[in-house]
Amino acid sequence: MHKIKVAIIGSGNIGTDLMIKIIRTSTLLKMSVFVGIDPKSEGLARAKRMGVTICDTGVAGLIKMEEFNHIKFIFDATSAKAHHYNYSKIKAFSDKRMIDLTPAAIGPFLVPPVNFNSIIDVNNVNMVTCGGQATIPMVAAVAKVAKVYYGEIVASISSKSAGPGTRANIDEFTTTTAKAIESVGGAEKGKAIIVLNPAEPPVVMRDTVFTLSEQKDKEAIKKSITKMALEVQKYVPGYHLKQEVQFDDIPEDKPVFIEGLGLRHGLKTSIFLEVLGAGHYLPSYAGNLDIMTSAALAAGEKLAKINSETTK
Amino acid sequence: MSHQIYIQDVTLRDGMHAIRHQYSKKQIKELAIALDKSKVDAIEISHGDGLAGGSFNYGFGAHTDWDWLKGIAEELNHAVLTTLLLPGIGTIEDLKKAHGLGVRSVRIATHCTEADVSQQHIEAAKKLGMDVGGFLMLSHMIEPKKLAKQAKLMESYGADCVYVTDSAGALLMNDVADRIKAYKDVLDSETEVGIHCHHNLSLGVANTIIAMQHGATRLDASLAGMGAGAGNCPLEVLIACLNRMNVKTNSDLYQLMDLADDKIRPLQERPVRVDRETLSVGYAGVYSSFLLHAETAAKKYGLDTREILEELGERKMVGGQEDMIVDVALDILAKKEQAKTNL
Repeated sequence: MHKIKVAIIGSGNIGTDLMIKIIRTSTLLKMSVFVGIDPKSEGLARAKRMGVTICDTGVAGLIKMEEFNHIKFIFDATSAKAHHYNYSKIKAFSDKRMIDLTPAAIGPFLVPPVNFNSIIDVNNVNMVTCGGQATIPMVAAVAKVAKVYYGEIVASISSKSAGPGTRANIDEFTTTTAKAIESVGGAEKGKAIIVLNPAEPPVVMRDTVFTLSEQKDKEAIKKSITKMALEVQKYVPGYHLKQEVQFDDIPEDKPVFIEGLGLRHGLKTSIFLEVLGAGHYLPSYAGNLDIMTSAALAAGEKLAKINSETTK
Repeated sequence: MSHQIYIQDVTLRDGMHAIRHQYSKKQIKELAIALDKSKVDAIEISHGDGLAGGSFNYGFGAHTDWDWLKGIAEELNHAVLTTLLLPGIGTIEDLKKAHGLGVRSVRIATHCTEADVSQQHIEAAKKLGMDVGGFLMLSHMIEPKKLAKQAKLMESYGADCVYVTDSAGALLMNDVADRIKAYKDVLDSETEVGIHCHHNLSLGVANTIIAMQHGATRLDASLAGMGAGAGNCPLEVLIACLNRMNVKTNSDLYQLMDLADDKIRPLQERPVRVDRETLSVGYAGVYSSFLLHAETAAKKYGLDTREILEELGERKMVGGQEDMIVDVALDILAKKEQAKTNL
C-alpha cells in the first residue's frame, strides 16, 4: 500500500519517540520531515542519523520545503503555546491534517479506543495528554455501565521522562485532562493531578483512576474495565491493570463534598494502572511517552486507512 | 538586609491534614481572627494539599478553598493572608481566584528536585503583586548543595523567600543547619530563607530554632502543632522559646497557649503527637500527609500502618502520591497471601 507522508514538529522526547515508532513499526505512514528549532538538539541529530530529512527552522521552514507539498499529516509535539502558532500557519493548507500531541486542545479530543469515530473529518485533532490517554479509557469503561458523577486521575511519571515542555505546561496538563475526562470519559465533573517522582532507578509511569458513580453491578464494572484495558493494549502493549479494581461504598449519610457538584454519594471505583513503555527513545519506565506517541500513531494510522479508502 | 523574624501560622492549612480537611467556615474565621489578634505575621489557609487539593486522592474538604478564604482578608489587621499551591494539583487560575479573595502571599510547593515546575506559578504570583515563597518539599531527600541549587532556581523565578521544607519530619539538627547554610551560600542577601518542620522525630521546635540561628527568618508553626503526621513546630512552644532567647516577635504567648489548648486540641479526633505511627513517618522519611491515609488503608486491609509507611519510604514515593498507599497495601497483602500458600 502507498504510505502517507508525515512530518513531526518538535524535536524533544515525544517527537523523537514518535519518529522512531513511525520508522520502525508503521506500515501506513512514512516519515518525511522532522522539524525542530534548535540545530543542536539531540532529536534533530538522531533524525539525521536515521536518514530522515530535517528542518531546524520550525514550521516556517517546513512550509518552504519541497517535501511539504507531499505531506498529509503533521504531528505537533511542541508545546501548547507553540501549537497555536503552528496551526495558524498550517490551517491554510486544506489537504493537511494536524495531530496535536500538546495540551493546546484547539481541535476535538481524541482517545482512540473511546471516540475515534467522532473525529474522522476534522483537520486538527488533539491527543489530550499522556495521563489522559492512559486514564480516560477507564473512566469511559465505568461510564459504559454506570452514570459517572466524578472522574479523578492521578498520573505519576519519572522526573527523567518529563522534558522542559511538560514541565512548563503543568497547568495545561491538569486543565486539559480534566476537560477530556468530562467530554470524552463521560464524567459529569473531571479532575486531574500530576506528580513527578525523581527516584532512581526511574519509576515506571503509574496512573490511578477514581470514579464516583451511581451504584451498579460491580462485576459488570470490572468486566468493562478489563475489556477496555485489552483495547488499549492493542496499541500500547505495556498497558495493564496493576491491581484488582477496588470498590468502596460512599453511603448517603456520609457523602463527599465535590467542588462543582456538591454533596454526592454512590460507588467509588479505584483503578490502578501501570504503563510500561516500549523503550523506543527513552527506556521502558517512560510509559507516559509511549502512551502518547502510540495513541498518536494509532490515530494517524486509522486516519491513513480512511484516507486511502476515500481516494480509491 | 537584616530581616525581622516572621512567624507564619499553618494551623489552617497543614492543620487541615489532621482533621481530614474538615474545618467549618466558622472555625476558620474565628481561628483566623484569633490568630491575627495574637499577632502572628501570616496566616495560611487552604486545603492541606493546597488550592484545589480536594479530591479522592487527598480527601475532599468540608468546603471549597474559596468558601474558606472568603471574608477573611477583611478581618485581618496585622497578619498577611497567605495560601499554598502545588503545581500539578492547583493552577494559576486557582491562584488568581485566591488573589481575588484578598490573599496577598503564596507558597509554591514542588518536590525538592523539581523546582523548575514552579516557574510559571511563581512568575504569575509575582505578576499579581504577591509575596512569594518557594517551598521545596521533602528537603531531606537530597543533599544540601543540590537543594540549594533548586532554591536558587526558585529565586531566579522571583521567589522572595525559599524554604527548607521538612515534609517528612526526617531532618536531624545538623541536616537543617547544613541546608540553611547551603541556601545562604548561594542566595542573594535580599532573598529570605524559611523553615517548615514536622515534629515526627520530636525536633520541630529544635530544628526551627537551629534554622533561625543559621539565618532563617521566616518560621512556620501551628497551634498545638496542628498539622500532618506528628504535626508542625508547635507555635506556642516556639514563641515561648524565642521569648526566652530574647528574639523579638510580635506574637502574644499566652493568647496562643489558650488557643492551642482551648480551641485546637478539642478538634483533634486523632491526637496530633509523636506515637508509633507518626514516629514511623519521620523514621521512614515519608510525606507526613500520608499518615491518615495509611491508617485508613491499614484498617481496611488488616495491616500494620508502619509496614505500609516503611514500604512507601523504600519506594521513594513523593508528596502527592497518596494513591500509592492503597497500591502498597495491596502488594503487601498479596505477598502475605503468597507466603501462606507457600507454607
